[in-house]
Amino acid sequence: MPFLQQSTELLGSALAVSAILFSLGVAGVLLRRNAIVVFMCIELMLNAVNLTFIALAQQLGRDGHVFVLFVMAVAAAEAAVGLAIILAVYRHKQTVNLDKVNLLSG
Amino acid sequence: MQVLSFWLFSGLAIVSALMCITRRSAVVSAMWLVLTMFSLAALFVILGAQFIGAIQVLVYAGAIMVLFLFVIMLLNLGRDEPTDLPGRLGGLIMLGVATVLAVELWAVTKIVPVGEIRLPAGALESVVEQEGAVGAISGPLFRDYIVPFEITSVLLLAAVVGAVVLAKRRL
Repeated sequence: MPFLQQSTELLGSALAVSAILFSLGVAGVLLRRNAIVVFMCIELMLNAVNLTFIALAQQLGRDGHVFVLFVMAVAAAEAAVGLAIILAVYRHKQTVNLDKVNLLSG
Repeated sequence: MQVLSFWLFSGLAIVSALMCITRRSAVVSAMWLVLTMFSLAALFVILGAQFIGAIQVLVYAGAIMVLFLFVIMLLNLGRDEPTDLPGRLGGLIMLGVATVLAVELWAVTKIVPVGEIRLPAGALESVVEQEGAVGAISGPLFRDYIVPFEITSVLLLAAVVGAVVLAKRRL
């Protein structure tokens, strides 16, 4: 299948795209104050890491694919728990702005 | 053809990720993130992980993003808010992130996989051709990684219980 056989040449490019996506996720987490958008940026970072795993699996074997499945399971669990925390905080403070959520600062 | 579609979907993923972190409304952000997930699924398929691409659409673009949208609508956060992007401090943060990104990209261009652990070209594709896209993943998953797999099920159970305990007003 000629369509599939040149895909190993894309390793460097895929890692670069992954680095860009991860940096965008980091920037979003650092800049945004809306808790839900911050959460979505964390998902973006997890996805960038998945892209790294898939790109390197081309060279190093399919164990990377298995690990992506585990990352997805952890991401799903994290999203469920995190959104439950956001719901609880919203019920308590009537806001999801992270600057106004300082329950632990005394 | 393949390189072209790789760059097409890469550009789409980066642009939509950029839109996702800059939009004011949380719903619009979530929609752009869905587009990012779809582009990443296409990239996975291009890079030879067809099954992971399908799972990406099902789990991320389907389940997780629906969960996000559900919470956004439940809390009635869909309307446009005054932008929460900070001014000068935000610029400094962006500068720092951009510097780190530049160093990362420079390092990525220098990468050379070690020769001994490198697979011959097309090895992954031949495995997929022999065992099928699902078999190529389920083989190692249920043979070499069976203990992590079972631990994942415990993790998911803990997440379910934790989410119910946190979100419920009073048990």
